[in-house]
Amino acid sequence: MAESRAWHEIVRDVLKQHNVSLVTYVPDNVLRPLIQGIESDPFFTAFACTREEEAIGITAGAWMAGTRGIVMMQTSGFATLPNVLASLNVPFQIPALMIVSERGTLGEFNIGQALVARTMRPVLDSLAIETHTLTRLDEVEFIVDRSIVQAVATKASACFILSPLLTGGKVFAK
Amino acid sequence: MALTNQPLTRADAKVMNRYDITKRLVDMLHHDEAVIGGIGYTNFDLWAACGGKRPQNFYMLGSMGLAVPIALGVALAQPQRKVFALEGDGSILMQLGALSTVASRAAKNLCIVIMDNGAYQITGGQKTQTEMGADIVAIAKASGIAQSAWAADEDAFAELIARSLKEDGPWLIGCRIDAGKPKDTTERDPVKIRETFMRGIAVT
Repeated sequence: MAESRAWHEIVRDVLKQHNVSLVTYVPDNVLRPLIQGIESDPFFTAFACTREEEAIGITAGAWMAGTRGIVMMQTSGFATLPNVLASLNVPFQIPALMIVSERGTLGEFNIGQALVARTMRPVLDSLAIETHTLTRLDEVEFIVDRSIVQAVATKASACFILSPLLTGGKVFAK
Repeated sequence: MALTNQPLTRADAKVMNRYDITKRLVDMLHHDEAVIGGIGYTNFDLWAACGGKRPQNFYMLGSMGLAVPIALGVALAQPQRKVFALEGDGSILMQLGALSTVASRAAKNLCIVIMDNGAYQITGGQKTQTEMGADIVAIAKASGIAQSAWAADEDAFAELIARSLKEDGPWLIGCRIDAGKPKDTTERDPVKIRETFMRGIAVT
């Protein structure tokens, strides 16, 4: 059966199925429909943070206290996270779930975004964090569902990168 | 808030001893409060004041500046439990935005205690900006944490902690401290720290 939901509706539904109820984020235009869908659903507690590492700290505390959460951000925000991931989530075995909307590729118009995007996967790889780039609508549910199961079971973080192939990305406007 | 003997500014607060006031704090707890220790000597003296035995404590080993966000996460997940964040001046200066997030979430069960010696003591005592005019209590108030106060002295500290245990927060208590060395060093086993803490706050 063809998928009738948009990518952000699938992600929202999978988060609910896994009782991931706390969403901390630094906003991004591509994430806007996902954030809107989550904030209009009373199942979720969702709010913006002042920095991405603050958002990670909040979900780490909540996870230790029994509430599952996820952090949403854009590529440049991820670039601020190596220290907290390497000194908090990874060594303490506190799984961070992350959704990153991918800038810097497939039509990027800001060289700074293009350069910072190059740092993301090497950082994730160097910390052995399970990473999936979501490019196809028909794979979103399987990847997010299975990766949350794995993160909870292994106490290891997971990062979902939302490719412009899936979301359309941010389009260059003159 | 009506407090006896409440100093208006950092300069008016008595310089206390970190281990001494940390011990006073833990002696006032009822057992079930969670305490998040930020990095550095703040963390070491929390460990020392509890003899390494209090399972409701969480000790950071890095992630400088994140004691308040971690404590906020615990407070949101367990709204019936009081949660304390102990943080140094250098650490909170790194993450001042977290104060406005705490205020906007109106975290009733959260109390932030700032140990302010005006220095990065563990790295050699270099001055922080609080030694050059920044006032963390004033910053906290301006960030929206209305119940922010400097502890005038040890008795005022105890009075503030007692109120934070009874009354809704969020609270921020500023403490000027001296350059005394910590009494012990936290054991550095992150998985053991995390598992002990989760058992201590009833998450198996």
